[in-house]
Amino acid sequence: MCGIVGLLLKRPALRPALGELMLPMFIGMTERGPDSGGLAVYGDRAASGERRFSLYAGESAVDWDAVAADVRTRFGQSTIEINGNHAIVEVNAAPEAMAQWIAEAHPDIALLSAGRTMDLYKDIGAPGEIAERYGFGRLRGTHVVGHTRMATESAVTPAHAHPFTFGDDFCLVHNGSLSNPNNVRRELEHQGVSFVTDNDTEAACRYLGHRLNEGDDLETAVTRGFSVLDGFYTLLIGTRDTLAIVRDPFACKPAIVAETDDYVAISSEYRSLAALPGVESARLFEPRPRQLYQWRVQ
Amino acid sequence: MNAPTHPLHHITREESATYDRATLDYIYRAAATGLYEIRGLGAKRHLPHFDDLTFLGASLSRYPLEGYREKCATRTVLGTRFAEKPLELAIPVTIAGMSFGALSANVKESLGRAATAMGTSTTTGDGGMTSEERRSSKTLIYQCLPSRYGFKPDDVRRADAIEIVIGQGAKPGGGGMLLGQKINPRVAAMRTLPEGVDQRSASRHPDWTGPDDLMIKIKEMREITDWQKPIFVKIGATRVFNDVKLAVHAGADVVVVDGMQGGTAATQLAFIEHVGIPTLAAIRQAVDALDDLDMRGKVQLIVSGGIRTGADAAKALALGADAVSIGQGMLMALGCNHPTYRMGDHDVSAVADYHALGTAPGFCHHCHTGRCPVGVTTQDPVLEQRLTPDIGARRVKNYLKTIVMELTMIARACGKSDVHHLEREDLVALTVEAAAMARMPLAGTNWIPGAGV
Amino acid sequence: MNFDLASQSVRELNAYLHGAAPDASVTVTSPNGAHNVAVGVNVPVNIDIQGHVGYYAAGMNQLAKIDIHGNAGPGLAEGMCSGEVHVRGFASVAAGAAAHGGLLVIDGDASLRCGISMKGIDIVVGGSVGDYSAFMAQAGHLVVCGDAGDALGDSLYEAVIYVKGSVASLGADAQEQAMTDDDHARLTALLQRAGFAHESHAFRRVGSARTLYHWNADAEQEY
Repeated sequence: MCGIVGLLLKRPALRPALGELMLPMFIGMTERGPDSGGLAVYGDRAASGERRFSLYAGESAVDWDAVAADVRTRFGQSTIEINGNHAIVEVNAAPEAMAQWIAEAHPDIALLSAGRTMDLYKDIGAPGEIAERYGFGRLRGTHVVGHTRMATESAVTPAHAHPFTFGDDFCLVHNGSLSNPNNVRRELEHQGVSFVTDNDTEAACRYLGHRLNEGDDLETAVTRGFSVLDGFYTLLIGTRDTLAIVRDPFACKPAIVAETDDYVAISSEYRSLAALPGVESARLFEPRPRQLYQWRVQ
Repeated sequence: MNAPTHPLHHITREESATYDRATLDYIYRAAATGLYEIRGLGAKRHLPHFDDLTFLGASLSRYPLEGYREKCATRTVLGTRFAEKPLELAIPVTIAGMSFGALSANVKESLGRAATAMGTSTTTGDGGMTSEERRSSKTLIYQCLPSRYGFKPDDVRRADAIEIVIGQGAKPGGGGMLLGQKINPRVAAMRTLPEGVDQRSASRHPDWTGPDDLMIKIKEMREITDWQKPIFVKIGATRVFNDVKLAVHAGADVVVVDGMQGGTAATQLAFIEHVGIPTLAAIRQAVDALDDLDMRGKVQLIVSGGIRTGADAAKALALGADAVSIGQGMLMALGCNHPTYRMGDHDVSAVADYHALGTAPGFCHHCHTGRCPVGVTTQDPVLEQRLTPDIGARRVKNYLKTIVMELTMIARACGKSDVHHLEREDLVALTVEAAAMARMPLAGTNWIPGAGV
Repeated sequence: MNFDLASQSVRELNAYLHGAAPDASVTVTSPNGAHNVAVGVNVPVNIDIQGHVGYYAAGMNQLAKIDIHGNAGPGLAEGMCSGEVHVRGFASVAAGAAAHGGLLVIDGDASLRCGISMKGIDIVVGGSVGDYSAFMAQAGHLVVCGDAGDALGDSLYEAVIYVKGSVASLGADAQEQAMTDDDHARLTALLQRAGFAHESHAFRRVGSARTLYHWNADAEQEY
């Protein structure tokens, strides 16, 4: 199954070191999730009016410069940051428009995320390799949601790695196994929500994301989720300005929180938090079941 | 005026396939008791199975081995991945986990002695390890089940391997069951239960859920045993492809896959007949999972659930198993469903005792009652005497010998000097279902239904 | 004898403990949440762990006295048969799971399923316990100085629970019962061994109603 990690920096002065602080946490979850991993990082990123789109080419050989040119043609002024099989395009475009265009014009590229403050990376491989590939240790920002994966029901492909995203700046990672993801997915498809995979986490992500779209706040959406999402889950959620965690009523999948004046750090296991500065005097606790815990960026 | 009579007066008997006799019995029983039926053994309905496969023996394009001077090796090693002391068995047929409690102490000793004589292993069940079994069985695999009845560190240390049981073929997703009539003082003490009460069993392990936690649990067992002993993981056959992959990721040395034909001493009928997939479908998925991870030969696969004969064993090996495990067949070798039992030097009829249970020899599945007419699945001190270890050990040994003889005979006929050289191309299917499930061509054709889907 | 898990492996530590002399004293530093610390010990050694441990610390313990100056992950002292385990912080889920004997003391809170499937262990919790504690508990005692969550003692056999604080809800077949003199004596002794200064009279007893021992179709059992 998986390891989850989350980190929110309360103190602005620490934000340039987000990646440095998070990296040992991510690597610390390698045993729980040896075969793929991913990370969503939040912070002031896009110039006003613009959106950032995280793109992923997997094993395909992609000419990113050509892609950048196509984006300019289609959507206007844009920038691109390239990193191997991953790129971030910043442009003024709506998420649905970009999604549709990518699917038609560049079907071998996956659109991982859309948002104003969130970038997203996911790939196959050991967490250490992935972190190295994308320079996780150098990331800056306010908060991060990460995941390492041991594949369960769906294939080990990058699309099935977490985090899953929805709309703008919403992402979710999951440790556990939902027992009714197919019905949840079908119901959402009837309501016009499209899916990329048959992964149970995507079902949870799109369910909550859809509820937020419909006007629920996160607490309401999660509460509704208790009667809709069946099975075992610890969910770690990121939004533009929030890091949140919730566990199902059985709380079989682990989670531990370390909180100081400087940060809130969350992981599946304490050993991945052990290297954080000040953790010896942190408030350590395990989230109770059936309760949403949220922390907001100041 | 007289009422007309039908010229051909007779009783019409138009049976419903949907509401057949068995279903009528089911509904009458539910209406009478308000309780699901509980019984022993495995799925009784007809399912695609090894009988639907047949071997392509040697002829002009393939040459056989002679049955006498040309040896066919059967040595089997289990647990080579991480353990310092893998199990070295003389034959690829082991005795499956069955509990003391479900079975009598005499039976456990019989199984142990026979296994030792034949150079193979036995396995404890849900309830712990008895000294009879440890003493009599040279190679003993110790099960760690969700209930943890009688699961103790001293026994972990004196076992030869640990088998972490996630489920069994008879009831994947369900827990163990033992009714009060079989919880005698000894069983009660071993399981820390009050005497005579119905045992309720957990379906999940108490201290781990999911493969990520299982990995840590397996490590714990390794640490406790100083990394000496192989750790097996046993699953009931459902989502076999995924489960075998996860078991390998979690660190298993050996994976045991138990199909729906697998037996139990007691569980709900609904589980036995309606949960889990046939062994034939399971074994293909399990082998595919190992191939996918390039773990064939590194993580061993044991298959169980309706393995009855040397032909079954040969087919399982050809399909990719490293060994098979037999439970129900062993009980039948001991006398399960036999009309007589042995007392001294003569045979005594047990038919009246079968009838007292509402059944007859050949139809019985009443292990859960503890009134086994031939003294196998019982704790009753009188009934127990109907199967003594001397007789039991000889019968089981003979059964194992026969199986191995058939297995090597078939292997030789396919040109193999080692039973582990049997391969799936030695087999073809006789029915479309079996061809689809085992993904093997229908005899006389190249057709594999569903291939490429 | 000192083991520093920052530079030595858990495997080395456990190998040493398995062959240690009786009454040896071992200190373990920098556990940093490691799993399987001090599992399968079978010698009366004193083990002092300076920090937090991960899963299954003190698993299947026999005879040893293990003191954890920190928090413990899931399955603390699971399957323990004898000896003593003391956690100064909190314990995660399934503390004392399926354990046959010995004493487990948790100064802080224990999470869900504390004492699940317990088979004779005595568990004394200074704080509160989470939902489903003492689920299918067969034998032994669970003492809760704080509160208990939902479904306390669900499917209880013969284990007995003593609770001082509130109980969110009782599980199937669990019921509050009168405290006897025996209960008071036993509870007082347990609290003393744990080092908690509570009076036994402040506790209530929860035990099995024993209605699930045999199937009864007309009894509307929550089976």
